[in-house]
Amino acid sequence: MTDAAPGKAGARHADALAVPADATADDAAARVPSGTLPEGGEGYREDVAWRMILRAFTANKLALTGLIVVAAVALFCFVGPLFWHTDQVHTNLLQVSKPPSAEHPLGTTNLGYDVLGRLMVGGQSSLEVGLAVALVATGLGVLYGVVSGFFGGVTDAILMRFVDIVLAVPIVYLFIDLASVFKPTLLLLILVLSLLSWLGPARLVRGETLSLRTREYVEAVKTMGGRPGRIIVRHLVPNTAGTIAVNATFQVADAILTLAVLSYLGFSLPPPTATWGGLLQDGVNFLYDGYWWEIYPAGLMIVLTVVAFNFIGDGLRDSLDVRLQRR
Amino acid sequence: MIGYITRRIGQAVIVLVGVTIIVFILRHLLPGSIARAIIGPRASQLQIAAFNRQYGLNRALPLQYLSFLDQLMHGNLGYSFRLNSSVDSIVLHDLPNDVLLVGVSLVLALVIAVPVGILQAVRRNKLTDHAATGISFLLYSMPSYLLGLLLIAVFAVHLRLLPAEAPQASTITGVISDPAGLVLPIATLTLVTCALFSRYMRSSAIDSLAQDYIRTARAKGLGQGAILSRHLLRNSLIPVVTLVGISLPGILTFGLIIEELFNFPGIGLEYFNAAVNGDYPVVFGITVLVALATVTGSLLADIAYAVLDPRVRYD
Repeated sequence: MTDAAPGKAGARHADALAVPADATADDAAARVPSGTLPEGGEGYREDVAWRMILRAFTANKLALTGLIVVAAVALFCFVGPLFWHTDQVHTNLLQVSKPPSAEHPLGTTNLGYDVLGRLMVGGQSSLEVGLAVALVATGLGVLYGVVSGFFGGVTDAILMRFVDIVLAVPIVYLFIDLASVFKPTLLLLILVLSLLSWLGPARLVRGETLSLRTREYVEAVKTMGGRPGRIIVRHLVPNTAGTIAVNATFQVADAILTLAVLSYLGFSLPPPTATWGGLLQDGVNFLYDGYWWEIYPAGLMIVLTVVAFNFIGDGLRDSLDVRLQRR
Repeated sequence: MIGYITRRIGQAVIVLVGVTIIVFILRHLLPGSIARAIIGPRASQLQIAAFNRQYGLNRALPLQYLSFLDQLMHGNLGYSFRLNSSVDSIVLHDLPNDVLLVGVSLVLALVIAVPVGILQAVRRNKLTDHAATGISFLLYSMPSYLLGLLLIAVFAVHLRLLPAEAPQASTITGVISDPAGLVLPIATLTLVTCALFSRYMRSSAIDSLAQDYIRTARAKGLGQGAILSRHLLRNSLIPVVTLVGISLPGILTFGLIIEELFNFPGIGLEYFNAAVNGDYPVVFGITVLVALATVTGSLLADIAYAVLDPRVRYD
């Protein structure tokens, strides 16, 4: 069952990339400014394909909104602290849990940190972890999936059984244990979250590879004596690019969410390092006191960022015509 | 089909054995030995060696694994030295509470998500569809505990309508006798599960709507209501079986977080406390149990799918 569904999706998607769906070559050439027209051949076709994808993406309002929001959040987190100077390392017990004021537009936390400044600094780790995890997990998953799908047979059965096994172990649970033993660093968090996230892309890419490997062009390369490495790197992986890109976007969103949940469960960067999840976790204790500014802004930032990445992913999927099952 | 089911069961067994190996390895990779956790940080090397000898923890790892597996086969998940009771009895004691929490939430989520998904498919790209998609997107993009916190803030802190804590009785009768306390935990779990389901239901219903039998039903003059209830609903329910099966691990993880948030007396909370206290037998016993539930869930879903949908043929 799992073999059949992605196969169909793969076929549709490969067509969309290789041959522009509803444009003939002349048609597309007419729309490309002559100055930027590359010298025929592969590059030219790819160029047109990417232009069409770009156009479809920008026509999708939600996707564009998502992109703008992500850009705004990134600016807020990385450029914001250059203009809004706050001390996010030393606690200030004279300024504990102050409501919003001119001096602290979003109030202060229970340890006297400025909430606005902490949101900025905390977002940095969320974005960094999210992007890094998406990169590592996708890379790992693509490699694993493409090898499994390409070689098939016993190799595939063994590799996929391993994926099933890891999926069945409730790893998120084990983080609570890890939390009591390790003090996580940024690198450890990225590593651990990546080890959790590569299974999805591995399955997806494996499914696509199963159908792609029977294509004529793969047969042609085999006939010409192309080695498996070449087929995988030059032919199979590029043709799953759409699926990979869409999935990677969702991976960013999921990693940011999981990171926040892990903070809540106590597995997070140790204080005084700021994280959105950490802000929420601290704020929980003051819910009953009505200190809304210690919870809502951090919650809003997480939801905003995750929604934005999901919008981008949905938009990419529509413009690449990749049909994916997210989970 | 018998062949397919046999093969599928064989795979499940392999996966389960793999899970026990991984859990066993993790147990030995994690720093902090069982002996240290039980007899305390000030125990001497001698005492630790004696403890390890007494409980067979000094044997070769493959031997330890085999006896671990042997115990599991006999339904023995381990023994909590800290709580001085077997993991089995702890789990059995909490199980009814979890069946209540997860079961009620699951049923409610289905009762909400299935009609909403169908409604969205029928009113595709209209206001209803966009509104429902927006809400599920929002719920989907929210850490589950944040949703719980928001519900607590609104209904417990501001409106003072409901208690912020789950029932604190430990037995199922005690839990049921305090229905007000159950509302928020169940609502939270229902909403996150709904968000998980409704996206899937929508696309599944959209696919079904495009099928020939719907067109045939229209052509022979069947009303919209009859088409929806007799043809669309029944056909859209088939993938729900798969959906519930594959979502089980996700729902159990949500459950853990929600139990922790509301202090709900379930297996998840037991797990959380054990993890914080370094009560390894409980931690790994429950880990194996959840893995078992996950594997069984997807196995049953696949088998049910094969039985329910005559179009699916397996060789």
